[in-house]
Amino acid sequence: MDALQLLISGLANGCVYGLIAMGFVLIYKATEAVNFAQGDMMMLGAFVALGLTNTDYMGLSFYVAVPITLAVMGLVGYLMDAVLLRRMAGQSQIAVVILTIALGFVARFAAGAIWGHEPQSLESPMAGLDFRFAGLFLGMDEFFVIIVTVLLTVGMYLFFAKTKLGLAMQAASQNQMAAYYMGISVKRIHSMIWALAGVVAAIAGILFASKGSIDPSTGLLGIKAFAAAVIGGLGSLPGALLGGVIIGIIEPFSARYLGGDLARLMPYIILVLILVFRPHGILSQVQSKKV
Amino acid sequence: MSLLELENVTLRFGGLVAVNDVSFSVDEGEVFALVGPNGAGKSTIFNLISRFYDPAEGDIRFDGKSILSLEKHEIADLGIARTFQNIELFEQATVLQNLLVGRHTHRKTNPFSEILFLPSVRRAERDHRAAVENVIDFLDLQPYREKYIAGLPYGVRKVVEMGRALAIEPRLLLLDEPASGLSVEETQDVAFWIEDIRNLMGVTVLMVEHDMGLVSAVSDRVLALAEGKKLALGTPAEVQSDPAVIEAYLGSDDVEGAA
Repeated sequence: MDALQLLISGLANGCVYGLIAMGFVLIYKATEAVNFAQGDMMMLGAFVALGLTNTDYMGLSFYVAVPITLAVMGLVGYLMDAVLLRRMAGQSQIAVVILTIALGFVARFAAGAIWGHEPQSLESPMAGLDFRFAGLFLGMDEFFVIIVTVLLTVGMYLFFAKTKLGLAMQAASQNQMAAYYMGISVKRIHSMIWALAGVVAAIAGILFASKGSIDPSTGLLGIKAFAAAVIGGLGSLPGALLGGVIIGIIEPFSARYLGGDLARLMPYIILVLILVFRPHGILSQVQSKKV
Repeated sequence: MSLLELENVTLRFGGLVAVNDVSFSVDEGEVFALVGPNGAGKSTIFNLISRFYDPAEGDIRFDGKSILSLEKHEIADLGIARTFQNIELFEQATVLQNLLVGRHTHRKTNPFSEILFLPSVRRAERDHRAAVENVIDFLDLQPYREKYIAGLPYGVRKVVEMGRALAIEPRLLLLDEPASGLSVEETQDVAFWIEDIRNLMGVTVLMVEHDMGLVSAVSDRVLALAEGKKLALGTPAEVQSDPAVIEAYLGSDDVEGAA
């Protein structure tokens, strides 16, 4: 009967992976660059929220800290593109990738310098609360993660389907030149997508930090989220969430039944299998180009 | 009154002079054609008008004002729309969605009212939808309304692209080889549409076209170019009988001399 417990904690972890993976997909779809600092943006968002909320630091209300964190990380994302990435236009993809890896290191050491390298927990209202259900102990924080992820997914869907900015983002990611001719400022759209990726990363960070401890190297879990994005299909937002959830659920089950060492390997074994048998991911939107 | 004016425009790519001191003006309500062999600089002129290239010398004016200080995404706001020689549509979207993206410059609502789908947004959305449906009716695109671009035949995609340009409600429509790759019947449709676009919608048309039959049928004036230079300007008949033009088309070794 502890399968349900494993399922829920796996689902909650998977949501966090899925949200980081969505950040990868947003930027990849729009700019064809992979932002390897996405995990570190998540970590940075978590620390900004922690620095604003925890009594050791500023001690603000959690509900005040969250909107500030989202705004700050949106701005960080926007500026990363507007100040740095935009200058890389015309450079090779690998140069852009290396720049994002370097930015990840910068974020990691900056966070260490500001908040220290010791693990800390976010003092969220959900922390430590749990409730009994059918003889199981279920964490409030885990339910919170799942509910927020569902709401965010619905919000993103509405944003892309209904708003002028969301439609312009879709258009710019499908055909940049045509987008310019429709009056869409593709450069600004790219920066806005980086801002959105920053906000999503911050939400992932806040959720992650409210159910466990964080330290500056927490961002390395971005690698696992990247695997999730590839498993889902690097061009698909629902695929990213699905990939995250798959990895999140498989981890606790394989840890329970196969042991910890094998469990840590499982996400990557799945990644290899998907790449061999379904190279474009589970929910791919890639179509072979007609000549 | 001229809607579009190019004055002594020159563009160089390294040592190559792609457009060499070209001047012409297109009057409001006119159908104006650019003709010439490949590499004459016709599409390059379109890219200059669209602000994808900066001219080395000269000025480009729309409605009397220089456009050289504008960014390329600001051209649509002026009312300039374009189609491409090698169709540039949003492939992973339907015909209807492609046309609706054409309404981008006309959307004035903000994200919050859009997500809440307030009455003002609903009203605006209905207007955009009506504008797009008019274009769909005009170009007989009804059977393809909900079809994805990626699966459509070439001829239909070409018409969709023209539809997306019309959804912008432009004052000036740039058509880059509207008849290339089309059958005789399809080309005839294009000729009728161009006439209607000018006569019924009051849109000025500037087109690049190799099909001299289409050019003669719809154009008021024709500018012939070769190797970036102006060869002749006049009615279709005048330009076609111009010795310099004939020489350029027959591939004389000495185009420079002829020009």
